[in-house]
Amino acid sequence: MDEKMERVVELFGAVAPLLWQGTGVTLQIAALSLLLGMAIGLPAGIARVYGPRWLQQATGTYVVLVQGTPLLIQLFLVYYGLPDLGLTLGRLEAAFLTLGLNSGAYQAEYLRGALQAVPVGQMTAARALGMSQGQAVRSIVLPQALRLVLPAWSNEVVAMLKYTAVVFLIAVPDLMGQAKILASRYFAPIPIYLIVAVFYIVLVGITYGVLRQLERRLRVPGLTGEPT
Amino acid sequence: MEFVQKLVTTFNFIVQGLWVTLGVTAVALAVGLLLGISMAVLRVYGNPFWRTVAALYSVLVRAVPVIVIVFVLFFVIAGFVNLSPFLAGSLALGVASGAYQSEIFRGAFQAVLPGQMVAARAIGMSRRQAIQSILLPQALRLALPGWGNEATLVLKDSTLVFVVGVPEILRRAQQVSARTLEPFVAFGIALLLYLALTLWMTQLLQWVERRYRLQI
Repeated sequence: MDEKMERVVELFGAVAPLLWQGTGVTLQIAALSLLLGMAIGLPAGIARVYGPRWLQQATGTYVVLVQGTPLLIQLFLVYYGLPDLGLTLGRLEAAFLTLGLNSGAYQAEYLRGALQAVPVGQMTAARALGMSQGQAVRSIVLPQALRLVLPAWSNEVVAMLKYTAVVFLIAVPDLMGQAKILASRYFAPIPIYLIVAVFYIVLVGITYGVLRQLERRLRVPGLTGEPT
Repeated sequence: MEFVQKLVTTFNFIVQGLWVTLGVTAVALAVGLLLGISMAVLRVYGNPFWRTVAALYSVLVRAVPVIVIVFVLFFVIAGFVNLSPFLAGSLALGVASGAYQSEIFRGAFQAVLPGQMVAARAIGMSRRQAIQSILLPQALRLALPGWGNEATLVLKDSTLVFVVGVPEILRRAQQVSARTLEPFVAFGIALLLYLALTLWMTQLLQWVERRYRLQI
């Protein structure tokens, strides 16, 4: 092994424990933000399609506001800006809240698309059987829409893993946060950021594989929107 | 009244970053377009070696957060040539966007009817000629909706070059908030400025799409 390679291996050994720690933080932020996003996106998506007009408009505005602006500015507005209004959040809370609100808008849009992809006849038939609109949405339309939304949702999971990387800019010690500290400690930014890139590739690769497997398992042959 | 005046001063300071933001977006999109089209052509029409290279570029770059790509490439570029943060940052953003654009153009090339290539070859065109003058013009139009999406994403991702010190909208908002000690106002203005930009860009792209839609 030549000397340069040896040095890289040595560096990897020195930085791996801290990067591993950062990976834990990254995964934690991604998971909690996705859950928060689902808690927001599910009702928002349903409200966008079946809610009263004012609620449709309100959720529509929320979606445009989030999708039309950069995540990084949203993050700074929440972390540095909200204290001006008397709401001071810790770093991790600010990261969860911003990513959760952000993901909520995207998840609401995916769900809206899926709800609208369920044929109208399903709703008509449910109403003809005497179900209320709420009942019909809950037990007929939503279960079908949730299956349809799965591919878009798994894309959102992978996107979220990557989006978490900006939270180091408010000093959250995630994978990127640890990398920044290590890069200045060892004066070796290029190898360290490359190692981080490999960490992300592995994380994304595993997540992608698991989600594909899940999609295959939950697939219903002949379901709406799929070629039969 | 004093509050309004403060708002105007803050806005005037931040809005000077507008052209920088648009510049970063334009350079990144142009670099990404060149890379994206070439990689898509290699991936669809290239030999096995180039196919693998193009596929690796697309898969690996898209698995890594854009901000990590910006960091890595910024330091790599800085090691070779002395570029301004503006150019280095936009270039890095462009390399990241190129991977996403290559997927859009790959889909577009694959959506062009296979008979087009056969017909072009049958009237005596070389493969290269056929790609250049028959397939590419059709693929470009097919790619427009997806490309428009990517363009607004790059516009929003242009905030990421803030980390290498480019004085775009976000960086200026941060500077002014450090002076006025009113980050909510500063970042709020930056947010609304971006909202206006993305809405304007979406309109523009929709117009372009309508103008160049393929009539099949």
